[in-house]
This record gives sequence, C-alpha cells and structure tokens, in this order.
Amino acid sequence: MSGGGGVDPLYVPDAPHRPGDEADFTEWPWSPGDLGRPEIDCDASETLDLAEGLVRVLGDDNKTSGDWDPKLSPEVLIQGLEHMMRLRIFDDRMMKMQRTGKLSFYMRSFGEEAVAIAQTMALEDRDWLFPTYRQPGAQFVRNRDMVSMICHCIGNEMDNVKGRQMPVHYTYKEGRFISVSSPVGTQFSQAVGVALASNYKGLDEVTITWIGDGASAEGDYHYALNFASIFQAPVILNVVNNQWAISTHKNFASKNGNFAVRGIPYGIPSIRVDGNDFLALYSVTSWARDRASKGFGPTHIEVLTYRAGAHSSSDDPSRYRPSDVHNYWPGGDPISRLSEHLKQIGKWSDKQHQELSERIDSEVMAAYKEAVKFGDLANGPYPSSDAIFTEVYEEPPWHLMEQWDEMKKWRES
Amino acid sequence: MPNMNMVEAVNSAIDTMLSKDEEVIMFGEDVGYFGGVFRTSDGLQERHGKHRVFDSPLSEGGIAATAFGMGINGLRPVVEIQFADYIFPAYDQIVNEMAKVRHRSGGEFWCPVTIRTPAGGGIRGGHHHSQSPESQFTHTPGLKVVYCSTPYNAKGLLISAIEDNDPVIFFEPKRCYRGPFYGDPHNVPTWSDHPEAEVPESHYKIPLGEARLAMEGDRCTVISWGAMVHVCEQAIKSSGVSCDLIDLQTLVPWDVEAVVKSVAKTGRCVIVHEAPKTSGFGAEMAASIQERCFWNLESPIERVTGWDTPFPHTTEWDYMPGPDRVIAAIVRTQED
Repeated sequence: MSGGGGVDPLYVPDAPHRPGDEADFTEWPWSPGDLGRPEIDCDASETLDLAEGLVRVLGDDNKTSGDWDPKLSPEVLIQGLEHMMRLRIFDDRMMKMQRTGKLSFYMRSFGEEAVAIAQTMALEDRDWLFPTYRQPGAQFVRNRDMVSMICHCIGNEMDNVKGRQMPVHYTYKEGRFISVSSPVGTQFSQAVGVALASNYKGLDEVTITWIGDGASAEGDYHYALNFASIFQAPVILNVVNNQWAISTHKNFASKNGNFAVRGIPYGIPSIRVDGNDFLALYSVTSWARDRASKGFGPTHIEVLTYRAGAHSSSDDPSRYRPSDVHNYWPGGDPISRLSEHLKQIGKWSDKQHQELSERIDSEVMAAYKEAVKFGDLANGPYPSSDAIFTEVYEEPPWHLMEQWDEMKKWRES
Repeated sequence: MPNMNMVEAVNSAIDTMLSKDEEVIMFGEDVGYFGGVFRTSDGLQERHGKHRVFDSPLSEGGIAATAFGMGINGLRPVVEIQFADYIFPAYDQIVNEMAKVRHRSGGEFWCPVTIRTPAGGGIRGGHHHSQSPESQFTHTPGLKVVYCSTPYNAKGLLISAIEDNDPVIFFEPKRCYRGPFYGDPHNVPTWSDHPEAEVPESHYKIPLGEARLAMEGDRCTVISWGAMVHVCEQAIKSSGVSCDLIDLQTLVPWDVEAVVKSVAKTGRCVIVHEAPKTSGFGAEMAASIQERCFWNLESPIERVTGWDTPFPHTTEWDYMPGPDRVIAAIVRTQED
C-alpha cells in the first residue's frame, strides 16, 4: 500500500514520559483566586473559564484564598485529613496482605485520596454515591465499619457480597454507596437514572458519580452528559483525570487534554478542579450540590489528579512510565497539602500527625485481626458456595434448583 | 522447534502476520507501548512501528467500530478486547454491523476483522473477568467463532483467523496462557514439556472449521473447547474409559464430519464447556448430534457445563466443571 498525497501514515499519540525519561509536567499557570464563583443558576456558557482554568483554594504558600474558599472549620479539615490518612494506611495494609495471598487482588487510591473523601464530605448523608473502584474512601465518610470492608476484600464468610465480587468492588447500601462494577463507565449514565428517580419522587437527594479519564471514551460517559442535560438531573458528574488508564495515557482519551470543557456543549455548567486540593474539591462539590438541590440540574467536574501508584496489584507501572513520576506532579500530595495548611493556620503539628498516623495504624491492624477471624482468601472459610445460586433471581427457578442440588452433591463428594 | 507458552504463541502469530502482510494492524487497550495486560503483544510495537501496533482509547465499541471501518476499507485489523467480559459495549458493532455487512451490501463490502479476547475462569476474576461468552456470538450468523486451547493451535488458528475474509471472534482461555489447566487449582503446570507447546516460528495455519482429535478411543466421544479440553483429558485418563477427545477449536463453523464420525464409532457423547448450560454451545451440538447420529446413540448425550449463574469469585472451584463431574458423565454414558 502506498500512501497518497504525502500524508503521514496514521497518527498515534504518545505519553509525555516513558521509563528512563525525566518527568515531563508543565508548570501550572493557575493560582487560587483566579476564578470567580458564579451564581448557582448560571448558564453553561458562563463556566467556560472555570472549565478551561483550574479551581484552586490552597496556594503554594499553604494558605487559602479566593472566592472558592469554603471557609471550613479546622475540625472539618482535621476530619478530612484523618479520613485520607485512614484510606492510605488501609490501602498499604491491604496491599501487603495481597502479596501474601490473603486477597486475590487490590487497588489503592494512592494520590487520589482527597477525591471521594472531600466530595462525599461536601454532600448530605442522604445523597447517593455511585463510585468506581477508586472511590472506596467515601465509605469512611459514611462510617462504614472497616472490619466489614476487609471481610469483603479477603473474601471470607462475612463478606457482605458473599464472595461474588473481586476485592474493592464494595457495596454499602446503608451508606448509599452503590455496588461497584468492573466494566468501566457503566455507573456514569446509571447515576443519571438514580438522580432522576430521586427527582421523580420529589426528594431532595443528589447523586454523585465518578468516571476515569480513560473510561470517558466509553459511550456511557456521553449518554450520561446528554441524559443529565436533557432531563436536568440532580447529578454531579465527575471525570477523575488521574492521567492513566492502566498503561494508557490520557493523551489517548483527550486530544487537548481538557475533559471539563466537554460538558459545555451539552449545556452543563462545567468546572475543572485541583483534585489534590481538599478545600477546592469540597467547595466545587458543595456548589454543584446546591445547584442540583435547587433544581438547576447537573454539573460536570473534571477532577485533575495523578494516579501515584499502580492501577492495581496486577499492574507494574515501571514498564510504561518513570517510576518516581508522581513525585513531580504539580498538584503535590493531597494529604501533605492539607496537613501543611493545618500547620500553617496553627491547628496541626508533626507530633499530632505522627500520633494520628499511629492511632490509625493500630485501628487498621485491629480491624484486620478481627476480620481474619472470619477467614481469608488463602485459608478460608469462604462464604458458602450456595451463594452462587442465591440472588441470581429474586427466587431461583427450577433449573437453578436442579443445578444447585447437583453442585451440593459435588461439593460434598 | 521452540517451546512457547500460549502468550508467546499468540504473540508469534500476530508478529508473523504483521511481517507478512502490511494490511494487518493491531490495536486495543494497553496493547501498544505496554504490550498488553497479558503480554500478548509484548515487543510488537517496537518491532513493527507505532502506526501498526497501538493503544486505543478505552472504548470497546469504538475499537470494534474503527476495526469495522478499517476492515471494509482494505485493512485486516486484529483488535484485542482486554477481557471477554468487556466485549459487550462492542456487541452492537459486532452483531449488527460486522456480522451482516457482507450480506447487507450484496457482497460489495466485507469485514476481515479478528477480535481476540481472553476468556474463561480460573484466575479468581469474579463475574467480570471470567465469563466465557462464546454462545453469544455463535448465535450470530456472519461471525466465525474460534476457541483455542494450546500454544500450537493458538498460533495456527489465529493466523487462519487473521487471513480469513470474514469477522472472527477469537477466544483465548486465559487460565491456559502460561500452562494447561487440569482442573486442580493447586496444580499449576507450565507448557514447558507439553507436546502442544512445540510451536514453529514460521507461518502455519490450522484451518478454521477443523477439530483436533486430542485423544483417541472407542467407548465415548468427549467434545470440548478452551481450558476444558485439558480438564477432559485429565478426566478421561482417570476414568479408565477409552474415549475420543475432540477439541472443537472452531465453534462456527464446527467440524461436523469429525464429530459424526466419532459418535458413530462410540455411540456415546459428553459435551463439556465452562459457559452456563442454558443456550450454551453444548445445546446446539447435542441437538445436531441427535439429528445426525440418533440411530448410533447408545445412551443420552451428556452435558457438563458451568452453572446458569454468574461466575463467582471466592468459590470459583465450585463453579468450574472439574474432572470429577466429567468422569461421572462419561461413566453414565457407559450404562446400559
């Protein structure tokens, strides 16, 4: 095949840096105070600067400023810090246990701890959460018992999803945290339905959902934007742009690198926010909740962050990116940034940080020891394999009953 | 002849075709720079160029649709769907578009696309990394459906699939990527001394539509595909019953001649697959076998399959058919 007209053959993008390269991030031109906070009944077109810019509250000097400062009390900030530290310590412990075979698989939220935690804290407890596998931290905000989370991850007989799902695919209805599904993106458009049901029932409930930069290439992302806009759903649609979909850089998900602006032609007010800035995330989410709650419909948010760790325990990012690259992310680390801010305002110290870290570590270890009493993936006991047959349907039909009997026969043989 | 595991054999097939035919290109999620989450395209981008082996956006529907467009315009795309469980956003493009374009255009357009996808359980993947959805495609006229089981047939069948002018769904049993699977999760053999791991580096084909007679016997015909072929081999050895083991290899079109010949000889038949029973491809085979071999049959045709439930995570060994269930079925066929 000869190419015609001197055209280059098939353009394929690349990642900005690969193993052996220096990290290549352009310095952020955005500062706190750059962007105003519009009225909640604003038109999508009035948010173009918010979508093209970046909402920040915490400056490089660790001080807060600008219209988006949510003016949270130190108590709330310390609570947020604690949740984020809990998630990181929890993740580290689970990853270690994965290496010993106690879990089949694990996914950390490393570097993205602020996302689900700040955003869930900005909501009401009655609001619905429709997460991906990278927002387990929301459960801490909704007071999920850590033992129960571990029992799910290690697939023991107390796993509330009965050994059916891979680890980290949590379900926590009491906290309105909807079951995580592996196929990426499906939740995004489903969340619009959840929101419309609340709307239909006349309830002041908002639904929040998340999708990755990679999964925004799935049709579900676009269905969500269209349906949410058409029906003015009370939904908060977040694209968590953590730059990587396993090995695939966000350059394969967006030509110009901006996800936020995509909401505007759909008629949805859209904002890009610093995903490692707890205060900015909280603030933008509160604004979006307020809009949804007062009947002004959806908000589309790009959460700009960095997947500091591997995609999962099955992944080895040193094969496709410089191994220390996350240390150069212009947005820094969400936990350090919030703790530095708290120190800056005189409400936190290294000693307190150390003590809290130790307390959480003990808490996680205690929860882990409690959870393994009910078994783990390496050693059992597991949920009964009867759970293979239950809840496939509301009531098992005859053919499942027959097969269930057969399975029991083999299990007992 | 080099020894290859199934990952290397798949890689070698694609490599061979990229070298042989410049109309062949490959893309999919994480297949480019990284070389695929199962390493099946490791080194291929470096060897053949970024414009021939590349990462795609995370969009199975987009992958299938783009492959369709390239296919009708003279290319021969080989695309990967990272897990068969994730093929469903592409289902419309595959079922309504690829499968029908030759027919709907009066033969003016056709779509020589190969869709490779790792399938099946045994890796603690739960219901979204373990399914075996072959019958969702065998039910679609216009598609060819292949399910390899060894390094040798993986390469030979994949080359045939790529060279075929019809769309082919190519299932790779991921549990067998690095070794055969005999039904015991604690026994993790490699391919290193397996005769079916002797794989030529050069181009060779196993014709689509031809089954492989993996074992030869005269008392029962055991038919299977994918990882279950090895489970059946183990079961036959343990059963002490002399059996033909037919590794179907291609499900559409399946090798009716080989099956009829064997069942006419043995008069007994067991069909084994990992996918759920209801509307599984075993049902199609059982129906066809009774149509063609009814007067040869000495006992009812048996099916050993996955249950009609989602695939579990922690208790997957109570789901996947194991040798014991296959042995029991073989023994039942021997009763008078």
